[in-house]
Amino acid sequence: MADMPIKISSPKDFWAGLIYLAIGAAAIWIGSHYRFGVAGRMGPGYFPFVLAGGLVAVGVVSFVRSFVIPGSRIGTIAWKPMLIVLSANLLFGFLLPRAGLVVALVALTLVSAAASREFRFEWRASLGLGVLVLFCALVFVKGLGVPMPIVGSWLEPYVPASWLF
Amino acid sequence: MDILSNLWLGLSVAATPLNLWWCLVGCFLGTAIGVLPGLGPAATIAMLLPATFGLPPVSSLIMLAGIFYGAQYGGSTTAILVNLPGETSSVVTALEGHRMARRGKAGRALAVAAIASFFAGTVCTFLIALFAPPLAEVAIKFGPAEYFSLMVLGLVASIVLAHGSILHAFGMVFLGLLLGLVGTDVNSGTQRFSFGISELADGINFVIVAMGMFGIGEIIANLESGDTRDVMVKKVTGLWPTREDFRRMIAPTLRGTALGSILGILPGGGAALASFGAYALEKKISKYRHEFGTGAVEGVAAPESANNAGAQMSFIPMLTLGIPANPVMALMIGAMVIQGIQPGPSVLTDQPALFWGVIASMWIGNLMLVVLNLPLIGIWVKMISVPYHLLYPMILVFCAIGVYSLSNAAFDVYLMVLFGGLGYVFKKLDCEPAPMLLGFILGPMMEEFLRRALLLSKGDPGVLVTQPISAVLLVLAFCLLLLVLVPSFGRTREQAFEEG
Repeated sequence: MADMPIKISSPKDFWAGLIYLAIGAAAIWIGSHYRFGVAGRMGPGYFPFVLAGGLVAVGVVSFVRSFVIPGSRIGTIAWKPMLIVLSANLLFGFLLPRAGLVVALVALTLVSAAASREFRFEWRASLGLGVLVLFCALVFVKGLGVPMPIVGSWLEPYVPASWLF
Repeated sequence: MDILSNLWLGLSVAATPLNLWWCLVGCFLGTAIGVLPGLGPAATIAMLLPATFGLPPVSSLIMLAGIFYGAQYGGSTTAILVNLPGETSSVVTALEGHRMARRGKAGRALAVAAIASFFAGTVCTFLIALFAPPLAEVAIKFGPAEYFSLMVLGLVASIVLAHGSILHAFGMVFLGLLLGLVGTDVNSGTQRFSFGISELADGINFVIVAMGMFGIGEIIANLESGDTRDVMVKKVTGLWPTREDFRRMIAPTLRGTALGSILGILPGGGAALASFGAYALEKKISKYRHEFGTGAVEGVAAPESANNAGAQMSFIPMLTLGIPANPVMALMIGAMVIQGIQPGPSVLTDQPALFWGVIASMWIGNLMLVVLNLPLIGIWVKMISVPYHLLYPMILVFCAIGVYSLSNAAFDVYLMVLFGGLGYVFKKLDCEPAPMLLGFILGPMMEEFLRRALLLSKGDPGVLVTQPISAVLLVLAFCLLLLVLVPSFGRTREQAFEEG
């Protein structure tokens, strides 16, 4: 009996349950530092505890159920597109204040475009990229007044922003 | 005639050149983004929301309403032309609509969809004008206990209406509620779940969550399969239904509108269910049911009218109670708060011009879509034909800039990345994001109302069931839940979502 292999019948329930459990448990642990109060005077820790408890309960049910009730497979996860798209956005957030909008946009579009199987470098797409960058700079920065640096602090000494507009 | 004078007030607000202009801009932008494959109304509104911040309150809400209708209409256009529905409710439209398009009747399918939507929109504008004021009058008497129970009902409805497993819908609601509590607790000033990050002190902006889950997560999911679109409709001709089409669409449109208006008022958001239901109904009772599956006009008119009616009726809980019925309404509430309006029953009495202006603009927006979008169909077809590998980097650009511009913080972009990854993972695990987003927006409100209710009752939770209205709402929620647990209804629910 002891070495009978335990089989996960429903991977989706299994992983979702684990996520709920992890987040719920973390929320209970972090929330335990907040004042709990009593029902008549709920402290900041009261409601989060109730919710996290509910999440943990759902997580336990989902986790247990995953060994009992068969479910469908998760299917292939597109790791490569996911990592590329997510890191392209991280790069954008990192570069925008430092290198400025132009560089950040070029990085975001080129890196994220690499996630597609159809990606290849062609002059028409590059031209489109140029138009897109110009459009964003004009509409968002000049038109809508979003305070984004067109040229960031890294490049400012080389290309003063005052040259551009 | 009170309602007529109210609507007149609304028209006089909405029909100023300035507001007409913003309504037009909203409709145009909404359709332009909404036709892009894989982008539903919630993602479209989230992307365009920052563009409305600079406008005066009335104009910005009118523009948002325009964006909303445009996005809906754009979604059906894409569903009909390329069989790539951007949201659940246009999945049904794609069933018959795309088959009509395949048989060379794309123009007629689009026109039928537009006219059926317009009809439903017109009826619902009147229904809202009729029912919103009395509801607001009731709602103004609501105490904290009633509000709390109403939100419970809303969350339960969103759980029942979610696709897939009920259990995961529960999990997502709890997760959303918890995420909504991140930031400073209004009562004690305690920083909760902010990990000492100053950007989290004000909580997480709803737009970031919506953009991540619906925008980024969706893009990653689309990249999984590569570009499989068949843009077969290069040129759409015959943009007017035949006399026969008109005759056949009357009854389904009426039935769809009725179904949509009833289901749409549910606080959990019934637009998707309404369009599935309307399609299933026509398939059962239509005289032309043998044509279903080959491109029947009824199969376009019924779900489109139901969908539009449902979507529009979801404004009622938003305008009268300040409670969002779906993620789109949650974004609307977010926009109102940014404009300094606290949504709720008092909006009607304190700002009648705004209230009726928004209602009148719904009708104007629907009219604009019919008048404008059919002639502009050429542009939309061009937008749909842009290959996805060129399209999604552009969508990412607008998401990233939009999120950054919320509070000019790179941190918000990082948060969006986090929610984008989560959104994709949850999609793979069949966990619906809609209940989570609803929980997210309701979380802080529920805590506040519960706290006040329990403070008044000195800690006795019985107050939730001894107050009559609150008790009725909770019983309703309980019945809804029970209904799903009854096996036969559970099966019907599954069928309704899997129809087609």
